[in-house]
Amino acid sequence: MFDLTGMTALVTGASGGLGSAIARGLAAQGARVALSGTRVAPLEALAAELPGSVVLACDLSDAAAVDALVGRAVEALGSLDILVNNAGVTRDNLAMRMKDEEWDTVIRVNLEAAFRLARAALRPMMKARHGRIISVTSVVGVTGNPGQVNYAASKAGLIGMSKALAQEVASRNVTVNCVAPGFITSPMTDVLPEAQKEALTTRIPAGRLGEGADIAAAVVYLASREAAYVTGQTLHVNGGMAMI
Amino acid sequence: MSDIADRVKKIVVEHLGVEADKVTTESSFIDDLGADSLDTVELVMAFEEEFGVEIPDDAAEKILTVKDAIGFIEANAAA
Repeated sequence: MFDLTGMTALVTGASGGLGSAIARGLAAQGARVALSGTRVAPLEALAAELPGSVVLACDLSDAAAVDALVGRAVEALGSLDILVNNAGVTRDNLAMRMKDEEWDTVIRVNLEAAFRLARAALRPMMKARHGRIISVTSVVGVTGNPGQVNYAASKAGLIGMSKALAQEVASRNVTVNCVAPGFITSPMTDVLPEAQKEALTTRIPAGRLGEGADIAAAVVYLASREAAYVTGQTLHVNGGMAMI
Repeated sequence: MSDIADRVKKIVVEHLGVEADKVTTESSFIDDLGADSLDTVELVMAFEEEFGVEIPDDAAEKILTVKDAIGFIEANAAA
């Protein structure tokens, strides 16, 4: 089950905690992975661990670079079966204090880049009559979170985008889904004060923060042949903190 | 028959998986060859790639038959 041998994947934000866990998960099932991100050193360290993987540095706030990324991945890997839109940034602020650039940056990197990559990836996927587009959204895209109007909007946007896209391309065996992590141990949550982390944990029935591997497993499932009949869905992986 | 017409028909045959003798200049992609709206988008993209032309959306909407495609490409392709 869930064998990805012979498949190729592009993972954005692969230098981060979640992205590297996803790349490891896909590679463990046999996929060759293009690792994209802005920090080349951690990407190269990861690539050294994953046979057949390649590093493709890319700044997702640069539209032209984003438009070129899928082509570079196809060139490096020979094909593209799986796109994982994982990269995300936060610029938290209460709405009344939020600057235009805080809003713009988050929407551009989290939502617009995901659309540009999906649009480009559809070409090889439609031709191949097979493809998997998986976007990492967030529980806050569904529940909201104070201080994150921009982030929550971008993550909710990914869910709507994926549903529309899923309907457009389902007849070509291309599925489009989201994975929605709850609170996961990562550099993004490491910066939270200890007291806040404890308060968070009390809201999680599982009694712990999630691990990257918990999310990677969900991505591997949606990427697999076995998930061919699952499209337009959001798989919530949050220890029960929100049941949607 | 022109070289462009041959190449257009070849793309249509390959893409829609229809018999070559079913594809005539008069064939309508949707009515005669069983294409859906997504097929027509993919055909337009395949024509763009093959002939190095850009087919704007308003022109693409008018490409309904093999003849329409050949006409557009003859009028707009560089070579």
